[in-house]
Amino acid sequence: MTVKYTQEHEWIDLQGGVATVGITLHAQDALGDVVFVDLPEVGRTYAKGEVAGVVESVKAAADVYMPLDGEVTEVNEALRADPSLANSDPMKAGWFFKVKPANASQLDGLMDETAYTEFSKNN
Amino acid sequence: MSATDLKTTPLHALHLELGGRMVPFAGYSMPVQFPAGLIAEHRQTREAAGLFDVSHMGQLRLEGPDAAAAFETLVPVDVIGLGVDKQRYGLLLTDEGTIVDDLMMVNRGDHLFVIVNGACKDGDLALIQQRIGSRCKVVPMFDRGLLALQGPKAVDAVKRLVPGVEQLVFMTGGAFTWEGSDLYITRSGYTGEDGFEISVAADRAEAFARALLDQPEVKPIGLGARNSLRLEAGLCLYGNDIDTTTTPVEAALNWAMQKVRRTGGARAGGFPGADKVLAQLDGTQPVARKRVGLIALERVPVREHTELQDADGRKVGEVTSGLLGPTIDKPVAMAYVDVAHAAPGTRLNAIVRGKAVPMEIAPMPFVPQRYHRG
Repeated sequence: MTVKYTQEHEWIDLQGGVATVGITLHAQDALGDVVFVDLPEVGRTYAKGEVAGVVESVKAAADVYMPLDGEVTEVNEALRADPSLANSDPMKAGWFFKVKPANASQLDGLMDETAYTEFSKNN
Repeated sequence: MSATDLKTTPLHALHLELGGRMVPFAGYSMPVQFPAGLIAEHRQTREAAGLFDVSHMGQLRLEGPDAAAAFETLVPVDVIGLGVDKQRYGLLLTDEGTIVDDLMMVNRGDHLFVIVNGACKDGDLALIQQRIGSRCKVVPMFDRGLLALQGPKAVDAVKRLVPGVEQLVFMTGGAFTWEGSDLYITRSGYTGEDGFEISVAADRAEAFARALLDQPEVKPIGLGARNSLRLEAGLCLYGNDIDTTTTPVEAALNWAMQKVRRTGGARAGGFPGADKVLAQLDGTQPVARKRVGLIALERVPVREHTELQDADGRKVGEVTSGLLGPTIDKPVAMAYVDVAHAAPGTRLNAIVRGKAVPMEIAPMPFVPQRYHRG
């Protein structure tokens, strides 16, 4: 499974039936210094496209959207304690939450890295 | 507005060279931040010195023997009594006593030097021309460069290039030269720190900025940190915290209106909206709301337009500026609240994404001012 990307600048990494979600390198760069994250509720089921969290820099706030239907199984408490992880390591230590997908095929329509790199140049 | 419609300042090429992230601001393409990032730039200014391009602001001269008296008819401020090379904060008012713009003025002896906000400068110029253009010559200098060097080490950097500036004290100015170019420098700024604002000819602005950036104390700073610095310093941003819907007393800018222009003063009134402003000042017509500072008790930034409620869930105000203050390391905000809820220590709830974030009314500035008063 390769990492997939949304047009809202989230990345999704599906491993062993659990999808880990974060914001992209491009997104954190556009936001600037991240100072606060609001994370979804563990155990709650979200629909694709629902607002699952908020990421705030000193100058702006941006919503984080649920990229697929599913139940949130875990949130990154380290990120809550140190929001700057979203800047320094957005694709690894700065992950936001994990989801157990209701329908993993929803990922099929998302961009791969090559497509996202092209997309993010213009967005 | 497309990027090509934006105006540029004399430092545009330098901003691009330094990696500035350019955004539209007041009709100009301006750097919101440099590669160091907003928080590093904010700290740089609080700890050493930061260089800001504020050339988008409007510089103008009011010339002629009647200029000070004429300008007093537009602002609720003592202009006639302002000593030579002394600087003062002022407000242009509507006939309803609300704020058209805020500004800085200096008595330069043979003229009054005025700096207004970039987004307002064309309107301000038209208003000043129309109201007092027959009494003094109004000369816009909108193409000049204006640099601000702010921070505790700003004086060390500037005095190396322009000896003598260290003798200025807060809110005074003087004419200097640098490599044959005339500068007018005031010891002032908008960050709460010691610092200087330097007016320089457009064709020398980049060279002077480079000379400042060559000093070990100095780094370039964008509009993002300018905003977080001014908010921590408790200073209003025109368009957010003050505008044509707010009066000076509602905005808690009473300190900007000297006794001589108030009820009972030697030159009381005589400015637009004076009846209303003076009645609010002397308490005969108390204001219903007031600008206050707030600190959040949880680590959630509270942005402009956020509703403030009392413990019973009634709306008692609205935030006009808010962010996580990088120095104080807590969310800070300015807001207008009903006067009954304006006392320091009052607890209110900010409604952020449907959730109540507790906040407390706090005195401003949020960080101590460090102006050089001599």
